[in-house]
Amino acid sequence: MTDVPVTTRKDWATDQEVRWCPGCGDYSILTAVQLLMPELEVRREDTVFVSGIGCAARFPYYMNTYGLHAIHGRSPAVATGLAMARGDLHVWVVGGDGDMMSIGGNHLIHALRRNVNLNILLFNNQIYGLTKGQYSPTSERGKVTKSTPHGSVEQPFNAISLALGAEASFVARTHDMDRGHMQEMFRRAHDHPGAAFVEVFQNCNVFNDGAFAALTKRDARDSMLIDLKHGEPVRFGTDGELGVVIEDGRARVVTVAEVGVEALVVHDETDPDPSVAYSLSRLANTNDVPTPIGVFRAVDRSEYGSAVTAQIAASQAKAGPGDLHKLLHSRPTWQVA
Amino acid sequence: MTNIAQRAGEVRKADGIVLRFAGDSGDGMQLTGDRFTSASALFGNDLATLPEFPAEIRAPAGTLAGVSSFQVHISDHDITTPGDAPTVLVAMNPAALKSDLPLLQPGGTVIVNSDAFNERNLSKAGYESDPLEDGTLDGYTVVTAPMTDLTKRACQDLGVKPRDAERSKNFFALGLVSWLYSRPVEPTVDWIDGKFAGRDTVIAANKAAFAAGHAFGETAELGASRLMVAPAALDPGTYTNINGNTALSWGLIAASQLAGIPLFLGSYPITPASDILHELARHKNFGVRTLQAEDEIAAVGAALGAAYGGHIGVTTTSGPGMALKAETVGLAVSLELPLVVIDIQRGGPSTGLPTKTEAADLLMAMYGRHGEAPLPIVSAQSPSDCFFAAIEAVRIAVEHRTPVILMSDGYLANSSEPWRIPDVEQLGSINIEFASRPNHVNDDGEAVFWPFRRDERLVRPWAIPGTPELMHRIGGIEKEDGSGNISYEPDNHQAMVRLRAERIALIAHHIPPAEVVGDPDASVAVVSWGSTWGAITSARRRIESAGHRLAHIHLRHLNPLPANLGDLLRSFERVVVPEMNTGQLCRMLRAEFLVDARSVTKVSGQPFTAAELVEACWEEIGTTGAAR
Repeated sequence: MTDVPVTTRKDWATDQEVRWCPGCGDYSILTAVQLLMPELEVRREDTVFVSGIGCAARFPYYMNTYGLHAIHGRSPAVATGLAMARGDLHVWVVGGDGDMMSIGGNHLIHALRRNVNLNILLFNNQIYGLTKGQYSPTSERGKVTKSTPHGSVEQPFNAISLALGAEASFVARTHDMDRGHMQEMFRRAHDHPGAAFVEVFQNCNVFNDGAFAALTKRDARDSMLIDLKHGEPVRFGTDGELGVVIEDGRARVVTVAEVGVEALVVHDETDPDPSVAYSLSRLANTNDVPTPIGVFRAVDRSEYGSAVTAQIAASQAKAGPGDLHKLLHSRPTWQVA
Repeated sequence: MTNIAQRAGEVRKADGIVLRFAGDSGDGMQLTGDRFTSASALFGNDLATLPEFPAEIRAPAGTLAGVSSFQVHISDHDITTPGDAPTVLVAMNPAALKSDLPLLQPGGTVIVNSDAFNERNLSKAGYESDPLEDGTLDGYTVVTAPMTDLTKRACQDLGVKPRDAERSKNFFALGLVSWLYSRPVEPTVDWIDGKFAGRDTVIAANKAAFAAGHAFGETAELGASRLMVAPAALDPGTYTNINGNTALSWGLIAASQLAGIPLFLGSYPITPASDILHELARHKNFGVRTLQAEDEIAAVGAALGAAYGGHIGVTTTSGPGMALKAETVGLAVSLELPLVVIDIQRGGPSTGLPTKTEAADLLMAMYGRHGEAPLPIVSAQSPSDCFFAAIEAVRIAVEHRTPVILMSDGYLANSSEPWRIPDVEQLGSINIEFASRPNHVNDDGEAVFWPFRRDERLVRPWAIPGTPELMHRIGGIEKEDGSGNISYEPDNHQAMVRLRAERIALIAHHIPPAEVVGDPDASVAVVSWGSTWGAITSARRRIESAGHRLAHIHLRHLNPLPANLGDLLRSFERVVVPEMNTGQLCRMLRAEFLVDARSVTKVSGQPFTAAELVEACWEEIGTTGAAR
């Protein structure tokens, strides 16, 4: 876009007091977004943040853009209407794991399936924070919370697997301890036409402190985070000594020295078939084993709002713009003198 | 007995006929009734229809549960109801006769497909003996025709398989009644050509069956049963026959044109509202966007999102969907954004009677949200009035920045009537103002935008994304009046609750006063809303033609009520409120105005008949001593 005024982080921040708990991972996500926005060359008035309910959903109040704080779970639905009506806007959807994977799960999967032009940021802290500490649909089995005093007996969602299963055209994962990586994922989401889903591992230091620490601690990252890079062999470890192979359709961690680098799977985020991306998402279902981050999938697919607008344009080209008089006389008529 | 009308070529005249087509769900009765209606409309009769069908797509063939009916009242004068009782019943099988004969007027005409009256079908319908022979039909004029057999014969040289030919028997019935009641033939023949274009054998079979039915009337010497209903002397103009859901859809498109902003419909399929989604999806050249959402909640959420973006956001549903949308409607109340929520009411609670009518969602529309969440309510009174009701609902929503509930019902949705097409230049206008500049100056002299700064009507600005300098955040959390900042202050919340109530109440100054139709000096006033208008109007005319007086006040706006309504009601000795619920408007009127209104209710899934309302009014008139 041309002639976009130069802005700084300050221009994108509001005067509202930020009300997350001190130490919350949401602060670092907010900072990453506010610092990124001036680089995206978009206007503040063309940017909208839509949220549901939960700690993460307070996000729009802190962004000096248009903002709509809706109701629990419904932000993807509200944002779908906005993005369909207004293809000129950049619409971001922000919510937590309870908001978007539990009460709003239905809206999330359909927004992804339709490929509505939304940037959906899932702040996954694996707990209900605003209601003070119940287990969530991403909490691990056995999780002891106020509502599961004997441990959760539920299988959690793997957010990446769910998004891939919901036909998402862009799926990525990042974490709140690495601003650079977050910004790269958010930038990619912004650039992607259609629905872009980004899971952010986010620490809730009050109700679920350290849930991702085994993965995201600075000295653990090299050996625990598998940073997916398009076109490169999937490889990690302090010296790149570990890698991932696909065998019988399943992803498996191997030692590079044992299998050779050519045996590693070369990551292709543009593969139309999501099977390998899905296999990669299944490498880790708990937070104590090596876990992939980065862009799992980024494929071109018709964006929903533009497809609807194209139908309108085609219909107008064929039938001419709507003529109310003609419409009212479009069924059999008769005259009374 | 000789009857002069029996002379060849002469047809008796009638001022009206109520014809009811009844058959199995698979017999095509809705289509047959619809064709008869269209031919009558083009002929110039006034008319009103009442389609009735089971909720099941195909209930077991031949059973009472599977009977599908279509009633149409054609008249040579202005009418407002589909008729209290049919004068003619077309029964395609024993189940149809069993289920609908009790509705027929004494002495009425029964036209039956005698081929369907075999042992198996009789037993499925619960007949122990053949009603065509056991005296069941004594006192009625009976016309029997072996419709199945004659249809097959008519089609035998057309290359149509007998089993397929049998499916054209509804056109035989249509041909027969078209002859009996002097309907023009051409509209139906033309329609067959268009509807089945590309399927030549189907066209040939349907036309052959139609012609055979028409010829049967002549050859079977049924002249004595022939009737002619002359065109009605309606107001001059161009007319079209329209049902409520189509009129409502067109009203939404018209409103979008009048407002000059696009229409967005979020909807989820539900009987009897789905046809509005179907109709609007066809008209993309008007810039209409339709979203068949994943559920009712998404449908209203998307509509609200579109409204936030500056479109006319609309969602359509029926009772169960209203329950699901309630939280989002509450959000719209809090956001003070325009939203039109359309409830095509049906029998409840729960799944209830999906294909039957009821008007029992009024108190849900009034109060069915948590917290104090008032909003305007508009209702439609006849099929064609759905057009104007839709425009009014949009007007209030966008001009007053509020969700509006528009109420129609299953009867209005599917019934049709002739509609004098309005001049589009005379539809008025809808005023849209998007905020374009800051509206407040901070203490430090900075010009800022306050999303909840109100005008003299207490209406806040509609500032849509994309507008420079007006970036703001709104949400369902209580906000400070003016700035819109989150506020949990006790005094602010109390003030906001009162402001939200007051701004809706103030809309009373922007709607027309309640009017009396009939005699304003009568001692009894009937107060009504929704589709009861037709039956009440018909009842009032009967009472007036019997030399008595009755006042009728019909309410378009149910919240806020017209400003003059209280004084008006108190000017009558008796107030009676007929409703297709257990007395919801009546409760509202008693609570609001302390008038001793009396409730007359019907919740059978059927609309009121005029006769039922004549009786109810008669009782009231009697109690006032005004009866002669």
